[in-house]
Amino acid sequence: MAMEKMSIAKALNESLRKALDTDPKVLIMGEDVGKLGGVFRITDGLQKDFGEDRVIDTPLAESGIVGTAIGLALRGYRPVVEIQFDGFVFPAYDQIVTQLAKMHARALGKIKLPVVIRIPYGGGIGAVEHHSESPEALFAHVAGLKVVSPSNASDAYWMMQQAVQSDDPIIFFEPKRRYWDKGEVETDSIPGPLHKASLARTGTDLTLVAYGPMVKVCLEAAAAAQEEGKSIEVLDLRSMSPIDFDAIQTSVEKTGRLVVVHEAPVFYGSGAEIAARITERCFYHLEAPVLRVGGYHAPYPPARLEDEYLPGLDRVLDAVDRSLAY
Amino acid sequence: MTVESTAARKPRRSSKRTSAVKTTAKTSAKTPQSSEPELVQLLTPEGERLEHPDYSIDLTAEELRGLYRDMVLTRRFDAEATALQRQGELGLWASLLGQEAAQIGSGRALRDDDYVFPTYREHGVAWCRGVDPTNLLGMFRGVNHGGWDPNTNNFHLYTIVIGSQTLHATGYAMGVAKDGADSAVIAYFGDGASSQGDVAESFTFSAVYNAPVVFFCQNNQWAISEPTEKQTRVPLYQRAQGFGFPGVRVDGNDVLACLAVTRSALERARRGEGPTLVEAFTYRMGAHTTSDDPTKYRADEERASWEAKDPILRLRAYLEKEGAADEAFFTALDEESEALGKRVREAVRAMPDPDPIAIFDNVYADGNPLVDEERAQFAAYQASFADTAEEGK
Repeated sequence: MAMEKMSIAKALNESLRKALDTDPKVLIMGEDVGKLGGVFRITDGLQKDFGEDRVIDTPLAESGIVGTAIGLALRGYRPVVEIQFDGFVFPAYDQIVTQLAKMHARALGKIKLPVVIRIPYGGGIGAVEHHSESPEALFAHVAGLKVVSPSNASDAYWMMQQAVQSDDPIIFFEPKRRYWDKGEVETDSIPGPLHKASLARTGTDLTLVAYGPMVKVCLEAAAAAQEEGKSIEVLDLRSMSPIDFDAIQTSVEKTGRLVVVHEAPVFYGSGAEIAARITERCFYHLEAPVLRVGGYHAPYPPARLEDEYLPGLDRVLDAVDRSLAY
Repeated sequence: MTVESTAARKPRRSSKRTSAVKTTAKTSAKTPQSSEPELVQLLTPEGERLEHPDYSIDLTAEELRGLYRDMVLTRRFDAEATALQRQGELGLWASLLGQEAAQIGSGRALRDDDYVFPTYREHGVAWCRGVDPTNLLGMFRGVNHGGWDPNTNNFHLYTIVIGSQTLHATGYAMGVAKDGADSAVIAYFGDGASSQGDVAESFTFSAVYNAPVVFFCQNNQWAISEPTEKQTRVPLYQRAQGFGFPGVRVDGNDVLACLAVTRSALERARRGEGPTLVEAFTYRMGAHTTSDDPTKYRADEERASWEAKDPILRLRAYLEKEGAADEAFFTALDEESEALGKRVREAVRAMPDPDPIAIFDNVYADGNPLVDEERAQFAAYQASFADTAEEGK
């Protein structure tokens, strides 16, 4: 069993390298992904080893990147597209929502669109506007797309492998402020299916559901709560579409309390969908209403204010306390 | 002996014509507005054959009759579809009336291994690709969103959102080049689409990657109610110059010129010389769709002036003048047209509504538990009416 400690960034790089190596139809496309290796260096060294024909620096036009990726997929390729930052995806939103998501159904299943769209997302890096957003709900709302986000290096490695192999379009949100967090990656065997949640910490009093960058915050919150004698379970959702409601249900039936945490605005966020479904499924198990912690209904603030906007340890613990007070 | 070799030829107006490439070079120092739009024409509205220094074509009488037949049958199919909409059999129809030469000329320039990315109006191109015309009607009847297998005839699904498919064509062409194949790709779009960002981006990408794609713009003068002047200040074919590839304007009602110019652009793509923009200058004789009312925004005189340039009439005049087709041919074609109309009519009327559970089919290639759950709920809900129906008997 090969275990290696690496950062999320390195795990993604290794995973993409393996994908390019394994399948000659896999392509990498995006702005600055070639010589520079991407602004976060996720594709570092790949063009050098696989050539400009497979690791493609594109013109600065997101709709063009996704639109041509669709054409390449129709020709039999498996493009992995990088959108440089979350806030830059919207010029491509039409191609993603109107074409990529719907073309398989439009063709009554006769064509497939194996395109992965990688998006570094979320805040916490002190960036200028448009570099810190969490638009996952805008994609999860669209039938035909699947939306995932890893929270650790092992998941980053394996979920990328699985995303590239998927015959459905995958929006792959990468927690950019966690890129440099290190973890053990077991490179020999697949840990589990792409769209299953994983239990990050077991507990009995309350369930925290999070994904991507918020898993770490929730684990810290659970550890802090433990010192006060509260036993918190943390579920790493991993997939925002489809959502592993069974796993959440199992946990909530045990704990009776649920708090959903994400960076994205609470209003119409994935927490709303989870709250509604879990209320339906677990009505008689719930000791408190499902609570949500997330961003506000305001544009992502300037960097000096982002610590106030992002759900941090205290805001998660505040929600935990409110839930336990019922 | 070919027809052309016996054809009467008009003197070349060579001073008025240059190739697209030459035009690009000559006008590079001028403002775009200052250059006179050139129109490649090989067959005048009166049915006179012209020669062109860059686009020669030499067709047999049989080939000419073939083009004529394609245009007549396409027009007949189109008229039947319009009638079927009026009868309530189709929810909507987007007529290609007037654009037969642009579509048949370009469509017949293609090889089997070439790939087509159409808009929703390319019924003539579909005909050339061997797509059963009745397949085109499903989406207009509302029983599917297209549904044919694009890879059967290398004819992609109709794209409704304006201009999106030009990027798909470019990506596909990039793939063709990666495969080392010598196929070409053709993207259809219109004058309205030329304003879309996706079209501009497809020009950029195809030029940068030297993709083997032909952009075939049917400038039919109207984007629903907006004339071409609301889309551009320069002749559309000149847009190519700024992206670094040639553009050419062709008489879109001249099937011979459309065939010759498209063939030349496709050959250029095959040789690895990159994209070409072809602007087929034509006219939308009908409404935008059956929901549109062109009397609100354009004059009858304009339509009448284009009637004189009809693509089918001019080829018929030429065929008759050259003795390339006899009365028996035209009579047989009339009968074939009526048979096609009848076949289409019957096929549409026999087209069943899909099973409601099909809503949940093909949402994902690899499945999705949410879709499965909703399908089961829907099926149970539908089944809950079974008893009621039973009681009602």
